[in-house]
Amino acid sequence: MTSIPPLPDTAVVLGARADDWRAAVREVGRALTRSGATRSEYADRMIGVIEEFGAYVVIAPGLALAHARPGSDVRREGLAVVTLADAVPFGHPHNDPVRVVIGLAVSNAEDHVASVAQLANAFNDTGIVGRLARATTPDEVRGLLGVDAAPAGTAAGA
Amino acid sequence: MRIVAVCGVGVGTSAILKTNAERALDRLGLTADVSASGLADIAAAAADAQVILTSTELADEVRRAIGRSYAEIVEVVNYFDVEEIGEKLEASIG
Repeated sequence: MTSIPPLPDTAVVLGARADDWRAAVREVGRALTRSGATRSEYADRMIGVIEEFGAYVVIAPGLALAHARPGSDVRREGLAVVTLADAVPFGHPHNDPVRVVIGLAVSNAEDHVASVAQLANAFNDTGIVGRLARATTPDEVRGLLGVDAAPAGTAAGA
Repeated sequence: MRIVAVCGVGVGTSAILKTNAERALDRLGLTADVSASGLADIAAAAADAQVILTSTELADEVRRAIGRSYAEIVEVVNYFDVEEIGEKLEASIG
């Protein structure tokens, strides 16, 4: 049974300022790197996905799920959340502008689909994007997404 | 009945689409085999699919990628809106 990657405090940035979508994705890339999930090159690959395929990663109004394929710059599965002080357009025809960017790093595509599916359960309620955007603590973000601060079986903050 | 959820990479957003499509089908009382795929693998994945679910943003690329196929492409705006997904699936299958 796979579970959603943990969301440590180092991977949460609330009220970040970003001039454009690339800066917003870089911010979430830095959060993934800080938490130990990725090397810094991963941010460029997440930007590359949007350059290649367009803004489809904006999967709901106000919410972008930045991610890239598994690669050598992914050290382990990871999750990061950045909320933006001012919403930024990504170029999506319906779901712009973006207030919340979730960053996702995967080490293996198969295992991963199951854990992302669990994340989808958190978003059953359409009000969640607004609540995430207004969250003031990492704990609040974790509560909304139903994730833990540390991997299962380890002490929080370890 | 086979449905394929497609995103660019095949590891992130298509998994969410797959989950919520399954939820929408449940609510409609329909059963289907829903899989997730990336654009690179879509031609093979869609070969025996009736419906391809994707983002409005990717629909044109999906059309190009599958070429001649009988699968119907259903475009989803909000991946978390199970009602939207359900209505569109029902219109497509029903």
